[in-house]
Amino acid sequence: MTRPAAALALRPLEALGRHTLDVVQALGRFGTFLLEALAALLTPPFKPWAFLSRIVFIGYRSLLIIILTGAFTGMVLGLQIFLTLSRFGSEAFLGPAVALSLIRELGPVLAALMVTGRAGSALTAELGIMRISEQIDALTVMALNPMRYLVAPAILAGVVTFPLMTAIFDVVGIFGGYLVGVELLGLSEGTYFGEMQTFVDMTDIMLGVWKSVSFGVIVTWVCAYKGFRVGHGAEGVARATTQAVVLSSVLILVWDYFFGSVWK
Amino acid sequence: MIRVEGLVKSFGRQPVLRGVDLEMPTGSITVIIGRSGGGKSVFLKHLLGLLRPDGGRVLVDGKEVTSLRGRALDEVRRRYGVVFQGGALFDSMSCVENVAFPLREKLRLPRAEMGKRVEAALAQVGLEGIGDKYPAEISGGMRKRVAIARALVIEPEIVFFDEPTTGLDPILVNTIHRLIQDLHRRFRFTAVMVSHEIPEIFEIADRVAMLHQGRIVEVGPPAAIQQSETHVVRQFIRGEPDTAEVC
Repeated sequence: MTRPAAALALRPLEALGRHTLDVVQALGRFGTFLLEALAALLTPPFKPWAFLSRIVFIGYRSLLIIILTGAFTGMVLGLQIFLTLSRFGSEAFLGPAVALSLIRELGPVLAALMVTGRAGSALTAELGIMRISEQIDALTVMALNPMRYLVAPAILAGVVTFPLMTAIFDVVGIFGGYLVGVELLGLSEGTYFGEMQTFVDMTDIMLGVWKSVSFGVIVTWVCAYKGFRVGHGAEGVARATTQAVVLSSVLILVWDYFFGSVWK
Repeated sequence: MIRVEGLVKSFGRQPVLRGVDLEMPTGSITVIIGRSGGGKSVFLKHLLGLLRPDGGRVLVDGKEVTSLRGRALDEVRRRYGVVFQGGALFDSMSCVENVAFPLREKLRLPRAEMGKRVEAALAQVGLEGIGDKYPAEISGGMRKRVAIARALVIEPEIVFFDEPTTGLDPILVNTIHRLIQDLHRRFRFTAVMVSHEIPEIFEIADRVAMLHQGRIVEVGPPAAIQQSETHVVRQFIRGEPDTAEVC
């Protein structure tokens, strides 16, 4: 084989190698970003006001959407599970079925997806605009670590607010199921709540809590990272925001499966 | 003094700085001129430690800063004040909070003293009584002046200006230049300015350096630069179009 022909044959291999290196570098940057944020989180000076403002940003402002989606998710579950159970004459199990579906699975996942759509995208856009308008550079050259001011408070707020949002989602969802199952379809209130207490235990609740804590880290980490490493101009911010929401949503579902497989 | 030796930087296969050598004497105003895309902002980012060079070094008062990281680099940055091209004011804070921010976070001054220094800084740039207006509520010229007040409120030894007058009308350009000149006379900081404003910058600069295709092609006092025989310098100062571009 002549030298140019050999070079031509090796070109796809080179491209594959280059692409692999790019992916490994990107993963390295992604991991380092979280480590830097954790270092900023654990070392003084702490920024309590930045943390509280992120709690408001991620949690308080997501309340309405969480209550709305929680209520309708519970109502849909109440209706569908009641219709399914009634085929077997097992309507009495509606309460635990709704509660377990919400607490173990749908509550953490749907609450996380809702908060990603509302607060995660806004976090990426905000940090992206700060990046392209040199506000992050301004912090850096003032010798003030942007990770400490912008990222660490967001990740900590995610860890605190995601379980709270999930708890609200679960409670509202259970009452949504109650509304349909008890008030509309005639199941007795005692059966709905009584069976729930029999079948739902602390392990189920803790599974939901730990899932939502991990989703809080994933969403704020991904969204802050995408905002920090935004491309140029408005198009760059738009692309970063889309990528942040898509990647966060995919990671939530993938992580949910593996987490649920390990913690049964 | 800031000294730059053989600074080299490429992005991918695109070389931007091809060995920049330049000295910026203490207490003087050094203005870096050059065509758009010539590497001026990249050069400035190296001075600020926002970018790391592929080769060469930057020395501040004899101390090499290009290899510094973390706290050691922050120690050097504490001596800096920076006026960014768009101001880089924090959107979420009022103008007064923007100016107070470095005092609060870096110097941790008592509230009363901080208030006095913020008022004094805003008065220096002619914006006393700006109140609680946010950056989005004021004009471009006012934003630049707030940015200058924020950069100078901590009384830095070295101030960097990245195209501080871009996008302003000629009257505001002269107003900002006079303001910089006046503040420089009072505080005697070392100033490094990237600018396109020809011929206005010749009135305020102590030294002018022309960066062209990643290299300093000429450096000297404004009068010498204005008399330069170098083709690219003359062309830039006179604003003559490229023959190829005309065709």
